[in-house]
Amino acid sequence: MENGTSTLARLQAQFGEDTFTPQSTKDDVLTLWMPHDKIVAVLTFLKKEIPQPYPLLYDLTAIDERTRKPNNGHIPYAFTIIYHLLSFERNSFIRLKVGFRDEFPTVPSISSLWANANWYEREVYDMFGIRFTGHPHLYRILMPRTWVGHPLRKEHPARATEMGPFALYDEKVDLEQAALQFKPEEWGLQRQSDDSDFMFLNIGPQHPGTHGVLRIVLQLDGEDIVDAIPDIGFHHRGQEKMAERQSWHTYLPYTDRVDYLGGVMNNLAYLMAVEKLAGIQVPDRVKVIRVMLCELFRIASHLVWYGTFAQDVGQLSPVFYMFTDREKIFDIVEAITGGRMHPNWFRIGGVAQDLPKGWETLVQNFINYFPKRLKEYDAMVMKNSLFKARTKGIGIFTLDEAIEWGVTGPNLRACGSDWDFRKKQPYSGYEMFDFDVPTASNGDCYDRAVVRVAEMRQSLRIIEQCLKNMPEGPFKSDHPLTTPPIKKNTMHDIETLITHFLGVTWGPVMPVGEAMSCIEATKGANGYYVTSDGNTSPYRLRIRTPSFPHMQMLPYITKGYTVADLLSILGAMDYVLADIDR
Amino acid sequence: METATPNYFLIIGGVLFVMLNVAAALIWVERRLLALFQDRYGPNRAGPFGLLIVAADSIKLFFKQDWIPPFADKPVFVLAPAIVVVTVLMSFVVIPFAPGIIVADLNIGLLFFLAMSSMGAYSIILGGWASNNKYSLLGAMRGAAQMISYEVFMGLSLMGVVLLSGSFSLVEIVEAQRGLWFFIPQIVGFVIFFIAGIAETHRLPFDIPEAESELIAGFHSEYSGMKFGMFFIGEYMGITLISCMIVTLYFGGWLGPDFLPPIVWFILKTLFFLMIFILLRASMPRPRYDQLMEYGWKVLLPLTLLNLMVTAAVVLWVSE
Repeated sequence: MENGTSTLARLQAQFGEDTFTPQSTKDDVLTLWMPHDKIVAVLTFLKKEIPQPYPLLYDLTAIDERTRKPNNGHIPYAFTIIYHLLSFERNSFIRLKVGFRDEFPTVPSISSLWANANWYEREVYDMFGIRFTGHPHLYRILMPRTWVGHPLRKEHPARATEMGPFALYDEKVDLEQAALQFKPEEWGLQRQSDDSDFMFLNIGPQHPGTHGVLRIVLQLDGEDIVDAIPDIGFHHRGQEKMAERQSWHTYLPYTDRVDYLGGVMNNLAYLMAVEKLAGIQVPDRVKVIRVMLCELFRIASHLVWYGTFAQDVGQLSPVFYMFTDREKIFDIVEAITGGRMHPNWFRIGGVAQDLPKGWETLVQNFINYFPKRLKEYDAMVMKNSLFKARTKGIGIFTLDEAIEWGVTGPNLRACGSDWDFRKKQPYSGYEMFDFDVPTASNGDCYDRAVVRVAEMRQSLRIIEQCLKNMPEGPFKSDHPLTTPPIKKNTMHDIETLITHFLGVTWGPVMPVGEAMSCIEATKGANGYYVTSDGNTSPYRLRIRTPSFPHMQMLPYITKGYTVADLLSILGAMDYVLADIDR
Repeated sequence: METATPNYFLIIGGVLFVMLNVAAALIWVERRLLALFQDRYGPNRAGPFGLLIVAADSIKLFFKQDWIPPFADKPVFVLAPAIVVVTVLMSFVVIPFAPGIIVADLNIGLLFFLAMSSMGAYSIILGGWASNNKYSLLGAMRGAAQMISYEVFMGLSLMGVVLLSGSFSLVEIVEAQRGLWFFIPQIVGFVIFFIAGIAETHRLPFDIPEAESELIAGFHSEYSGMKFGMFFIGEYMGITLISCMIVTLYFGGWLGPDFLPPIVWFILKTLFFLMIFILLRASMPRPRYDQLMEYGWKVLLPLTLLNLMVTAAVVLWVSE
């Protein structure tokens, strides 16, 4: 998968031998430290000039290094900015790190280089207080504008009990209320153009069409959208901050809630990273069980999207049929895991339990039942001429634009790319399965729907293969860091008992290092980038979600359409607010 | 028709009573039918088959706080929902439910119906305007444009019937269908009238003025309590009215084989069309506003004119 040496050689030839300091990581991604005066030059080179370039800014984040245990003789930076780039042609990532010694560093912005860097840089500013010079609109993005402090800095309290009692002074009330006043200028919006006054329409945070607490400020000329600014952060729960005080094991339930329609698929993304850190190889049975549940959840998530999308364009009934089918999936999930939407069922090094007796019948019944329903839905929704009229040619973006904005998953494949991490960088044994990657070519709302509907059929194929070829064997790997540890390894002597006791109470201690996972989640590329300083909880955990860059693209793809089209575009995007805000 | 009407006031009272109750009962019918179409139960707790949901709904609407938003234009805000109920109820004046059961057999009955349903557009515009809310305003603008355009071919599509029967009186139109119901010679007119009727009552797929997923509740976003209830009842009476008109104009009104009394035939036929209205709601997505307009002006209007010309030519040819 990786051809890191040639990239490094090219970079060194371009910028000098001493410019880059490679770092070894657990995930074999080429990781280079670079000086901060070369950020823009290096990234421009990687995006535009190097043969087989890295066109996708996959993630941009930071780490507060100040309380980290010194290790590996690393330079004791205060903050690190991390850029993740993805090259489709090379099929590999590159990770670039820049260290800063200041308490409140300033970094040159790359928002003119990548369109989707804009929100990522705002997020880093919001969370760490790191400023980006040259950024067009450096405001808070997830936290309220009146918030004091930057949550992901280590000195920021993590829970209410660390913060002292809350008091709402009159001045604070006035301040908060003043902040609620809508001033178009603060959003970068004009009040009028040469020939008309604009109307500002506030969609959300409570609105039946936004599927969650999302606010969109619309600048309208009649019913035509001049600009649309998403206001996110209402669903921000500080998932990344919470990780820093949970043990590696107890953080699992939180991941379920990131893409709350994806269920155990989130567990997988997190565990892939943790298992890379720990060096755990899971048994085949675990891989297949995980794949089966993930694909069940992919269908469940797509069904919710399918129904609500139809409802967004005014069709009332499909959502009821599709939720009924989703219940059938949840029946299987419930029989296997005991949970429904958030089963929290995968574990470090395995799954929580073996499959129950009779699971084959349940899955087989669903496999027999579901294709007929999909056919019915095709006739009801996809072939409906009004549905086509509402979605064809709406919200178009091209493949280049998609990559520029960091779009992944079905939305990317609707533009003609066949990029699917399950095929390109197989994980959890996806290389063993026989399935196609559906694509479409127009990149409009209808094609996004076509891709997702076809994906459900492919997921069903994968589930069928899981059913037919479920390997025998243990459901946990025999590794010291497997959590909860395997019971039979404990009852030997006091030493093994103590190890077990610590593994269950404190949780496992992950070796020092960092690793990133990347899975093809229901909505696109979902990845966890975890850093361990050899403790019982992550030093820093970064969640890269697909919905965040997708929502960022909204202003770009809605301009010139009408309010009714906005709903088609939002529906086709398939986002989850928790996945955007984390 | 100079039938003696000793029970004149009885008929008025009867029609009023029946219509208001039909509209209320339709709440239950719609919710149960929609639930049936959508694989769910619908209201089934209050009373047998959930029938008392009607009472519960009405009580709730009546006893809600009579709230007028402080930013609204008060008199207009109050007036708007009244208009819709009044105009629809007035339209029922000319509907012949059965021989002798009609409030007023006007010789311009059809024109009266058209005039009254056009007035309904005022309630949407005024309601949306007086609410002083952007969603309402957008809904009202959409609604006004939609109703005015669909008015045009609604009227024109009926002219085929007038040509065939030679009268604007609804009673005479029904009588003229003794040999052949007009939906056979006027199939195009019927389809267009039906579509225009849906647009006129702004039901799905033409519920663009209140498009829930876009405009929340459109022109009546700010309404609550009984004022909302009047829009609500007005909508149900609207679809009842359109169903009655379809039956009267195209399906022979009260005419039918003798084993059932005329009034029963009328009711059965009307119920059939009410069900179709509800089924439509369960099955269709909503077109975009400009698509709806395009469809109206570019497809329906030429079709209507063509229908009118062909009908006129045929009538002329037959009479010579």
